[in-house]
Amino acid sequence: MAMVETAESRRWITVMVYGLLIFFAIITLVPFAYLICGAMKSKDVFFDGQFLPGGDGFLGVNWGGLTFENFRNLFVNPNFSFARSIVNSLFYASVSSVLATLFSAMGGYALAKFRFRWNGLLTGLVLAALIIPGPLLLAPLYQLLFRMGILNSYAGLILPAIAPAFGVFLFRQAMLKSVPLELMEAARIDGCGEIRIFFSVVLPLVRPMVGAFLLITFLGAWNNFIWPQIVLQTPELFPLAVSIAQLKGIYSTDYGLLMAGTLVSILPVMALFLMLQREFISGLTSGAVKG
Amino acid sequence: MNLSASHPRWAPYFFIGPFVVVFAIFVVYPLFQSLVLSFQQTYGPQTSVFVGTKNFADLAGDPAFWTALRNTFVYAAASVLIQLPLSLGLAMLLNRPQVKGRAVFRLVYFSPALVGIVFIAVIFSLIFQETRGLLNVFLKGVIPGFPQEFPWLQVYVMPALVIASIWMYTGFNMIYFLAALQNVDRDQIEAAVMDGANRRQVFWHVTLPAIRPVAGFVILLSAIGSMQLFELPWILLGGAGPEDRGLTVVMYLFMNGFQIGDLGYASAIGWSLAILLMGMTWIQRRLTKGGEGR
Repeated sequence: MAMVETAESRRWITVMVYGLLIFFAIITLVPFAYLICGAMKSKDVFFDGQFLPGGDGFLGVNWGGLTFENFRNLFVNPNFSFARSIVNSLFYASVSSVLATLFSAMGGYALAKFRFRWNGLLTGLVLAALIIPGPLLLAPLYQLLFRMGILNSYAGLILPAIAPAFGVFLFRQAMLKSVPLELMEAARIDGCGEIRIFFSVVLPLVRPMVGAFLLITFLGAWNNFIWPQIVLQTPELFPLAVSIAQLKGIYSTDYGLLMAGTLVSILPVMALFLMLQREFISGLTSGAVKG
Repeated sequence: MNLSASHPRWAPYFFIGPFVVVFAIFVVYPLFQSLVLSFQQTYGPQTSVFVGTKNFADLAGDPAFWTALRNTFVYAAASVLIQLPLSLGLAMLLNRPQVKGRAVFRLVYFSPALVGIVFIAVIFSLIFQETRGLLNVFLKGVIPGFPQEFPWLQVYVMPALVIASIWMYTGFNMIYFLAALQNVDRDQIEAAVMDGANRRQVFWHVTLPAIRPVAGFVILLSAIGSMQLFELPWILLGGAGPEDRGLTVVMYLFMNGFQIGDLGYASAIGWSLAILLMGMTWIQRRLTKGGEGR
């Protein structure tokens, strides 16, 4: 069948395409709507309707059943320190993402732009390290941290996360392409020091990659569960992912509280992503698609 | 390659130094240590005994390990086979020239990938709830005769995990396919159409070969990711689930290493997984040889 597209059939195709796209968009958004509504429902009306609680108010909704109580309970409950967890997550994710990005960019720069003795060997090592699955290192890392005496500390949480071979590889690829040697030479002739060249000439040239990698590593740390769960024992140190898991174990039937905690946990990364989304998506696909 | 030679000698070492030091201590050393550990039995991080290949022998005869392996494979296969065609289809819809608001759709589809798996598991534990959960209420309304209480988290654990994973990753993988589709040469498609090719022929003979390297990369990435499933069933079921229906390889590693305290056995499980994943990577490399993966 040849592609005969009359105006009529083309209109139908357009309707179908939009129909499907909107259908999938709704499916994607439903759990978010469910989460937001759930977080606002008080305990007694939680199951009166899947989203908003049913009742005889305006539009058949029991508006009085909606409340901010759940959010308040998160912060006043003496049995767990939710506010503390937010601070912990912010600290853990910021420090590890900034250091991981800095070390990756510096390492990638050395491998992409300098002739030195170990360049070939180190590049090979970085490539080989890409296929090490994370779970393999859990047990030996735990033992190492124990011997170093940094279990149950932020040093133990952060240090193993700040030398990602993946990051060095990405920055090496980006810098091979977008940092011209002539620019470095010119800066040197102008008397610019090596460290200043890196920060004020090289980094601005790979700015999209810096943004994307900061976001990737921030998200990774923010959402990480298994490593903080293994390393940390003191609840005061728990980041949000571990706290929420804990919360689900203890308050498994206080659905409103759980939903409120989850909502507060995912809002910051959603906001961050909205601000940086263009850079993020271009950085994400740059490794896979030649642009 | 174009490399600088006119720099002070210390410069490259200064830049690569921090990475190399941390990498050596926290990646290379533990990697070797995990090999040592896999021949030991430990009771917590302090005491260890050399046991030779006992861990691997035990593993081969450990029914729980085989259950974990089977569950993990079923999950990975189902995720890849259901999710990736959906991702590609969605990308192709979104790539149609008449679609407006592409950026908004892309943002919406991508959004679940931002949410940590722990948080997703908490949301879905309610969605899958047996008596009054969203999914059962919805299905009861749509499908006549759908059972009153469908036991997702009690019996149909794998389907539940796959449904959650489709929600999580379909949009994420779509981003890659969409980027690949936008790189397909339009002239080539037009030439094929001029030669009388229909839609299906264009898809199979022009589009698909052009996105093959990216498709290979996405398949490998999501297979490797799926094989490391842990948090979703762990939080959703509060453990391995009834009759170990939600037990996965990484979960079994976690339980052995950090609940029982045998880091040796955990390392043996880790190496089994690593060898599996390296095998998968190797096969993928062989299959897409000729096309560049990255």
